[in-house]
Amino acid sequence: MTAFAREESVASGAVWTVAEQADGRLSKVSYELLAWGRGLADKLAAMGRPGAELCSVVLGAKLEQADLEELILRGADRLYVAESPAFEHALVEPCSNTLQYLIRLHKPEIVVAGATSMGRTLMPYLAVRIPTGLTADCTGLDIDEETGHLVQTRPAVGGNVLATIVTARHRPQMATVRPRSAVAPPLVADRRGEMVNVNVPEELLQSRAEWLSLHTFPKDDVNIQDAEKVVAGGRGLKKGENFALIRELAGILGGAVGASRDAVDRGWISYPHQIGLSGKTVSPKLYVAVGISGSIQHLAGMRTAGRIAAVNTDPEAQIFQVADFGVVGDLFEFVPALVEEIRQRKSRKGHS
Amino acid sequence: MHIIVCIKQVPETSNVQMDERTGTMLREGVESIINPLDLYAVELALELKEAHGGRVTVLSMGPPKADKAVREAIAMGADSGVLLSHRALAGSDTYATSFALARAITRLGPFDLVLTGVRATDGETGQVGPGVASLLRLPVSTYSSRIVAIAGGKVTVQRLVETGYETLRLPVPCLLTVGKEIGYPRLPTLRGKQKARDKQVPVWGPAELGVEEEMVGSAGSPTRVVKIARPRVAREGRRVEIAKLGAARAAKEFADFLEEHDLL
Repeated sequence: MTAFAREESVASGAVWTVAEQADGRLSKVSYELLAWGRGLADKLAAMGRPGAELCSVVLGAKLEQADLEELILRGADRLYVAESPAFEHALVEPCSNTLQYLIRLHKPEIVVAGATSMGRTLMPYLAVRIPTGLTADCTGLDIDEETGHLVQTRPAVGGNVLATIVTARHRPQMATVRPRSAVAPPLVADRRGEMVNVNVPEELLQSRAEWLSLHTFPKDDVNIQDAEKVVAGGRGLKKGENFALIRELAGILGGAVGASRDAVDRGWISYPHQIGLSGKTVSPKLYVAVGISGSIQHLAGMRTAGRIAAVNTDPEAQIFQVADFGVVGDLFEFVPALVEEIRQRKSRKGHS
Repeated sequence: MHIIVCIKQVPETSNVQMDERTGTMLREGVESIINPLDLYAVELALELKEAHGGRVTVLSMGPPKADKAVREAIAMGADSGVLLSHRALAGSDTYATSFALARAITRLGPFDLVLTGVRATDGETGQVGPGVASLLRLPVSTYSSRIVAIAGGKVTVQRLVETGYETLRLPVPCLLTVGKEIGYPRLPTLRGKQKARDKQVPVWGPAELGVEEEMVGSAGSPTRVVKIARPRVAREGRRVEIAKLGAARAAKEFADFLEEHDLL
C-alpha cells in the first residue's frame, strides 16, 4: 500500500488535450494535439472503454469562435471552454487551478499538452497538485492493450536513451508532446461535437504573478521550434556577418534560422536561435547544419529532425554521422550555389 | 535575503564521443558534474546576494557522491549546502523529487527566492522547478532570462518564450527557473574551495524531511520507467564532395535530394 493507493481512480475514459491561445487565436499545437488524442481515444474505444472520447480544454479570453469550431472539425468530440480576462496571458496559477477543478469534476483518463513554454510550466505545476505522474516531451504515446495504461516514450540524455514510462496507479495520466511532432488531423466539414461553456469559480482565477508585457521577436525570425525547416550556422561561418548566408538560404527554403552554441557564444547571433542541450530542441522536417561540427550537445537538439543535411569542410565531422545528405567542402562556395540552384528551380516551377 | 538554489549532479557529456556505428554516446569513465544549466541559477543567486545582501543555500538530491556538487557550489560562493541522500530516495521521478525538495526547502526556510535551472541535461524534463513551486504554493517564472528589478517585496523578471520576451512581476517568496542569458557562471575561487572543504554538508533523509519512506523514491513516484532502449541514431547518408564535383553540381544533387523528399 503506498501513500497514493487511495487515489486509484475511477477515470471516465476521456482523453483531454490542452489547447493554447494567444490574443484569442488558438495556436497550431492545439490542433496537432488532436492527432495524438484522437489515436488514444479511438484505441480506448476499440478496447471497449466506456466514456472514451476526445475533449479539448480551451482557456482564453475573447476566443475566436471559428477556431473552437475547427477543433471539433479536426477531431474533438467535446470542448470545455472557459473564457476570462484571467486567461489572456496564460498565467500559470489560474490555468492550473481551472484545469485541476475540471479534472476533479470530469475525471479524464489522459491529459496531453504541448511541450511549449506554457505546457512545460503549467503541466508540472498542475500534476503535483493532483497528484499524478507527468511525462515530459514524449515522442510516442500508445495504449497498452492488456492494461489499458498510457505507454509514454521519450528521449533523454541528449537523445541517447529512449525511455518507456507508465503511470500505473494515478489518474489522469499526463504527458507533454513536442510541437511539430504530429500533423493536425484534416478538417471534416460535417463533424459534430459538443461545446461546453465552463463557469470557473472566481477564486480560482487569481494570479499572484502579474503580466506586464511581451516584446515579440520579428515575425518568422526565431520561432525555430515552430518551423518546418531550420537552417543553422556554426563556427564554420567564421564571423557574424556571414549569417547573412544562412538567412538567405533559410529565406529561400521558407525556414527559420538556428545556430550552434559556438556561434551564439561568439555573439554572432542571439541566444533564442541556439539549438542544443543548453538551447532549444527542434524536430523540423528538414534541418540543414552549415559549418557545424556536431557536438553531442548540438545533436541533442536536432537529431530527431525528419531529414538532416550537413555542410562541412571536415569529412570526419560528427554531424555527418546523423546526416541523410552530407556535403564535404567550403560552405562559402556551396551555399551561394545552392541558393542559386533553388532560385532557378522555383522560377521554372513558377512558369510551368 | 535568503536564496535557496536547487542543483543536480549529472554525467559530464561535453567531451563525450559517439559510437560511430550506432551514434549513441560512449559513457565509459564519464565524470559527474553540476548540471551545467543549474550553474546559471547559482550565478544569479550569488549576484543577487552581492547586490542585496543575505545568504545562499544550495540544495541537492542524489547519491552520496553528489556531496561534491554541493561543495562545488559552495566553492563558487554559496554560504552553505544540504544534500538529500538516502536509499529510500532512490528512483524518484519528477513528482517524488519535487516533493522531497519542497519538504527540504520548507525546513530550510524562511526564504525569499528559490532558484533552479530550466532543466537537467540528463533527464531533460524541466518539471522539477515548477513542481517544487506548486507544492510550496509559490508563484513561478520559468525560462527567466533577466531580473529587471527587485523592490517592495516584488521581483520583476523577463522570461524567454517562443514568441519573444515576456515580463512578469511576482511577489516574494517565489521560484524562478533560470536560463543561460542570466549571466556567465563564475568559477570557484581558491578561497572558496578551501571554505568548501571545511564546510559541513548535512545529509538528510526521510527522517529529517519528516516523511514516510513510502512517500519518496520509487515508492512515492507515480511514474515508472518500464523500458530503456538505446536507439540507433546514426544515418546512412548520401555524401557529395565539392572537391570532386564542384559546388554547382553538388548544389544540384542537394536540390534533387530536397525534391525527392518533397522539401522544396
